[in-house]
Amino acid sequence: MPKPASRAHRIVGLFLAACLLFNYPLLAVFNVSGTVWGVPILYAYLFTAWGIAILLAALVVDGRE
Amino acid sequence: MLQGWFIVLTSFAYIGLLFFIAWYADRRAQAGRSLIANPWVYSLSLAVYATAWTFYGSVGRAATDGVGFLPIYIGPTLLLLLGWFVLRKMIRIARLQRTTSLADFISSRYGKSALLGGLVTVIAVIGILPYISLQLKAVSTSFQILLQYPEIVMPPKAGTAQVMQDTAFYVALFMALFSIAFGTRQLDAAERHEGMVAAIAFESIVKLVAFLAVGIYVAFWMYDGLGDIFSRAAGRPDLDVLLAPLGGAAGSYASWVWFTVLSMLAFVFLPRQFQVAVIEATDERHLKRAAWLFPLYVLAINLFVLPIAFGGLLRFPEGGVDADTFVLTLPMSQHAEALALLVFVGGLSAATGMVIVETVALSTMVCNDLVMPLLLRVKAFRLGEQRDLSLLLLDIRRAAIVAILMGGYFYYLLAGEAYALVSIGLISFAAVAQFAPAAIGGLYWKGGTRQGALAGLAAGFAVWTWTLLIPAFVRSDWISRELLERGPWGLEFLKPTQLFGLAGLDPITHALIWSAIFNAGAYVLVSLSSRQSASEHAQATLYVDVFTQMGEPGTQWRGAASASALQALVGRFLGPARAAELFTAYAHARGVQRIDELEGDRELVRFAELQLAGTIGAASARTMVATVAQEEPLGLEEVMTILDEASQLIAYSHRLEEKQLALEVATAELQAANERLKELDRLKDDFISTVTHELRTPLTSIRAFSEILHDNPDLDPAERQRFLGLVIKESERLTRLINQVLDLAKLESGHADWRSEDLDMREVVGEAVSATSALFRSKGVRIQASLAPAPPVRGDRDRLMQVLLNLLSNAVKFSTPGTGRVEVRLSGDGSFVRVEVEDNGVGIGPEHQAVIFEKFRQVGDTLTEKPAGTGLGLAICRRIIAHLGGRLWVESEPGRGSVFAFTLPVAAEDARAAD
Repeated sequence: MPKPASRAHRIVGLFLAACLLFNYPLLAVFNVSGTVWGVPILYAYLFTAWGIAILLAALVVDGRE
Repeated sequence: MLQGWFIVLTSFAYIGLLFFIAWYADRRAQAGRSLIANPWVYSLSLAVYATAWTFYGSVGRAATDGVGFLPIYIGPTLLLLLGWFVLRKMIRIARLQRTTSLADFISSRYGKSALLGGLVTVIAVIGILPYISLQLKAVSTSFQILLQYPEIVMPPKAGTAQVMQDTAFYVALFMALFSIAFGTRQLDAAERHEGMVAAIAFESIVKLVAFLAVGIYVAFWMYDGLGDIFSRAAGRPDLDVLLAPLGGAAGSYASWVWFTVLSMLAFVFLPRQFQVAVIEATDERHLKRAAWLFPLYVLAINLFVLPIAFGGLLRFPEGGVDADTFVLTLPMSQHAEALALLVFVGGLSAATGMVIVETVALSTMVCNDLVMPLLLRVKAFRLGEQRDLSLLLLDIRRAAIVAILMGGYFYYLLAGEAYALVSIGLISFAAVAQFAPAAIGGLYWKGGTRQGALAGLAAGFAVWTWTLLIPAFVRSDWISRELLERGPWGLEFLKPTQLFGLAGLDPITHALIWSAIFNAGAYVLVSLSSRQSASEHAQATLYVDVFTQMGEPGTQWRGAASASALQALVGRFLGPARAAELFTAYAHARGVQRIDELEGDRELVRFAELQLAGTIGAASARTMVATVAQEEPLGLEEVMTILDEASQLIAYSHRLEEKQLALEVATAELQAANERLKELDRLKDDFISTVTHELRTPLTSIRAFSEILHDNPDLDPAERQRFLGLVIKESERLTRLINQVLDLAKLESGHADWRSEDLDMREVVGEAVSATSALFRSKGVRIQASLAPAPPVRGDRDRLMQVLLNLLSNAVKFSTPGTGRVEVRLSGDGSFVRVEVEDNGVGIGPEHQAVIFEKFRQVGDTLTEKPAGTGLGLAICRRIIAHLGGRLWVESEPGRGSVFAFTLPVAAEDARAAD
């Protein structure tokens, strides 16, 4: 059975994914007018993406090996 | 409840609570039950990152830029993901090197260079002054606004009040006192401040609670939820642009990216962040929890920034209220007095937390890396002769704290009104980002040199000063505006805000791009073109390979000093009592009872240096130790040792090569052996199939005749007798065959029993001839023996007899009855005895001469002719002779008879006698 990726590799992967989330061009995709439940889309996107990144960090970095 | 005296009382009660927490944490630490040694406190202490800038300034920035404030908080989130690699390495190094500050960390990496430490300190102090002024401004502004309650009036501009009546001045003064009380109560070799960290963690909770309280109040009491605020804002054209603002009001995507990178660097290299994240770290595993807990904290404290900003803009549409104060003025406008007071305390805790840690970190740097190296070098101060310097160290730090806060105050007077809070903070961020190339390069690149680090830092700092600090002075009218518009001396390409014509960027991004290019460029280029000293190289290896190295680090001192001199030296900085304690513990660890029994070897010198490094920094510690431990020049013996080590390495690698060669040879041999085994295996299979074939032939005869006898009971008696004779003959043949196969197997496997005795071949041959004479007679073959005397041979008589009988019976078998004649000859010389058996029979063709000695090979067509023997006799003979050290062969021509001959070596003693 192939060995699962090491924690270090997963952390780097998460870091790169997070860099992508908070960068052009993904930001530009959500940089539009309009609201989600009354909250501007960009604002909602940033905090949602941020929350997901934090959740993944908790699982990947602080989770069990 | 918002009278001046009540606010001041609340503030002091709050500070008193902080002192109590610090005192309690210190007591717990002394009892060995640290309060801060857990990941939650570590993560909360990192939140010293969120200062008054976050608390008040984020809203101010959001009110003009929308989401433009967020990169400052997303950066640390990203960095902490990498914290497990970068920060952990720093923590490990700092612990091993007893690092006391960022300046110490960088100067240690480059050979404990005092010059580099000093430069880092200068940059840090100058760079941080704006940031400290920001805290003073925030606290004094919030205090003055709160004093005006129930009116909402903006305070007078900085610099308009007399210094003695200026709130900011008193805030600076009190903060200096707090910092002194928190950070410089005692001098510890470990340079850790458990009490301070505990208080900071508590402050982080207070400011988060206060900010969330305002946020929830504004969003859900003043307005009807987030949707309500945003939809109202959307109705106002001037606010609508803030709702999807990237590329517009919040600046370009480039600014966004650069601010993210900037905050990542600042999160590590702000002196206070380095202090809590690296120096005060108790366990590097806490980074795992911090990786998500700190980002979660920052997310929470930013959640209501935009609602508060829009709420404020909606509530104060006429624009008379500074957006930086919305957090405070919104509750005030609703007459929520308690909430307003809570906000003030929250802002106070954000500001005091930052100021305390920042000034403690900076004062340590100023003391260890700027003042002490200077004092120690200037002989006039005669510092080397004073007995107890520990009080002096504390005083230097206290003075440094006061000086830094006063510096912050004057920067506030000078430039405080020209910028919003956030812009002031970003200038400091850009300053500390200059440490990144030297520090991060030093962590991962062994080639970075001291000159490179100096050049990079100097270049980066110069660009920062030119592009950010000078424009700040210009804005406060201390320098003519002409500089910004026309450049110095009319040189347009040197304009501070558009250096080399780079326009269209915000000032921070502009400064960052140029300083990054100059800083990193100079660092790499100068490093590549300069050489490291030995100690630099040693430290570089210790830093870069910290995870792969074993054992204690620290540059090796070649040299020694007496234990008492070293103890006196450490005592001067740590106090004699503490020094005695440390040295006694060290002596016990080395297995001696008293300090003066300690050997003043290099281990002890290194121990003393490490103790000092924890107090006065690595560079100063090295200087001080050098005053008592004179470093010996590299002696011949040591050079020989180094050479010896090198030659050992070379010898070792030679041995490795040899071993490899030997392995290759062994592999080839094994392969050959394997081939041989396969061949033998094949031969064995052949042998078995041949044997079974040979066994089947007589068995078939026996069975055939037996069946005839069985099925014909009335057979003619003569015929019956003939058949029975055949059965007996074939049985005998079968028995003989089996015996010979067993005999051959025994010989081949080496399990045969051999006797060894001296034999007279004349006698043996004679006996063989007489034993076969009856056979010869019955066949009508004549035998003649001519046996010359021969020296004795060693061998097995029975086996030799077997050989002779076999050869003789063969000779009979292939001779013609009547005319057949066999001659046996024996001859011998000094070393060999030779026996020949000659017949005049059919002879053997040359093509058969080689194969007759193989198993089951007989001359003639075995399919048509009845075999005359088993086909094993000669094979057995040849093996016996070979075992006795001789040789058996045949000389023959078809039709002219053949000669079978063998030689045997003469017994050893007789061979010698013959010589």
